[in-house]
This record gives sequence, C-alpha cells and structure tokens, in this order.
Amino acid sequence: MPVEADHVFKALADPTRRAIFEGLAREGEQTVHALTRRAGISQPAVSKHLVILKRARLVGHRREGRETHYKARPQALAPLVDWMSVYGAFWRDRFDQLENLLERMDK
Amino acid sequence: MTTTAVPTRTLVIEREMPHPQEKIWRALTEGQLVEEWLLKNDFQPVVGHRFQFRAAPVPHWNGIIDGEVLVVDPKSRLSYGWGSMGLETVVAWTLTPTEGGTRVRMEQSGFPSEEGANYKGARYGWNHHLNNLERVVGGMK
Repeated sequence: MPVEADHVFKALADPTRRAIFEGLAREGEQTVHALTRRAGISQPAVSKHLVILKRARLVGHRREGRETHYKARPQALAPLVDWMSVYGAFWRDRFDQLENLLERMDK
Repeated sequence: MTTTAVPTRTLVIEREMPHPQEKIWRALTEGQLVEEWLLKNDFQPVVGHRFQFRAAPVPHWNGIIDGEVLVVDPKSRLSYGWGSMGLETVVAWTLTPTEGGTRVRMEQSGFPSEEGANYKGARYGWNHHLNNLERVVGGMK
C-alpha cells in the first residue's frame, strides 16, 4: 500500500519535524526522551510530531520494555528523491573512474 | 510497526572495457584499488565480511555506507549489501569476457519504487528540499 505523498510532504514541511527526522536518520534509533532533550520542546510536542512522521511512514518504532525506540525510514522519501537517478549519476561517474584506474594499472 | 512488501526497482549499468577480467576483478576487490575509483573502505572479498565504505561526511549524512559481502565468485561475480541512511540495496557485479576485453555489469537492486507518476507534479516547489536531500547522497561524489 503506497503512502500518500501528501503525508510525506506535510510531514517534512515543518522544520522541527525535519530536524527530528534528520536526527534519526543521522544518529540511528532513539527514544522519545533522547529526542526531547535534543529538540528543545516538550515531550508531548515531540510525540505529536512523531505521530505525523509515523503516518507518513518516515519513522518506524519498536517497543522494548517500557521504552519506545524510534527510527528513520528514509525509504519513505522515495516520492521526493528519485534514488535511481541519484545513484545512476553516481555509478556512471564511478565507472569512468574505474576505467581511469584500469588505464593506470597498465603502466 | 507496519511492514509492507514494497515493490522495488533495479538500476543496471553495463560497460565493455578493453581490459582483462583478472585485472578488473582486482580493481573491484582489492581495498586500496577500490578506494581509488569508488570510496575508502575496509573491504575484503570474503563472504560474510562486514565492511564500510566511507565518504567525506556532509551535513545530515555521516558519509558511511554499511556493506556485507554476499557473493564472491572469483573473476566473475561479486555482490555486497549497500546500506546508507536506512536505504538497503544490494550491489552485484558480473564480469564476462568478450573478444576485446570484459563486459562489466553493475546491478543495484532494492530501490523503493515510485508509486505512480502523480508525484511528478507534487515535486514541483520542493526543489530546495530535494536539492538538500540530493546533496546528502551526492556527498558520495
């Protein structure tokens, strides 16, 4: 079931939510407490943002004991980023460099 | 947590190179040579070996790609997992001898598919954010 693009756009339109998402993508899994310390806003506010990020499937969670751990799901960015074209350019460039290296290895 | 079977897409790049298979195999599997054309790494051509590719970190991306060697079939097939920022893909190399050299095929699979073309319109106006996101991945250049 595809996530509605609207949810992804809406979720990322807010700078605080973007910061939360980017923090999770960069630092890996975190609890609400850790996120709250970093965000500088109240825990209920962070939780509200997480609900919106979860609805867009940008964030996933798992429970462990009494703590809930949240993590980024950057694959949900697919509507925004065409990974194929990003990586397509990347690999074509690397193929060129590989050929350069092979030429040099001849010597 | 919801897990859905997301349809995925595969990127294929193929090029014939006027070099022998053995030499290209070395360039794909010897860490120091790999660094020269791809990225810094602690790669070893051993199935199950976990390694990292490291690019210069950029804002919002630590520059790390996590890999695990999946297939090593000397001189012809090499495959490893390629995980970065939660995007988990698999890179598979196939070398086939040709008359003038070797055909090099790179297949990267596991990209989330883009559901429908309706995003194209929605993208408009998101260029700024898109550029930032691309820079994150583009840091690998």
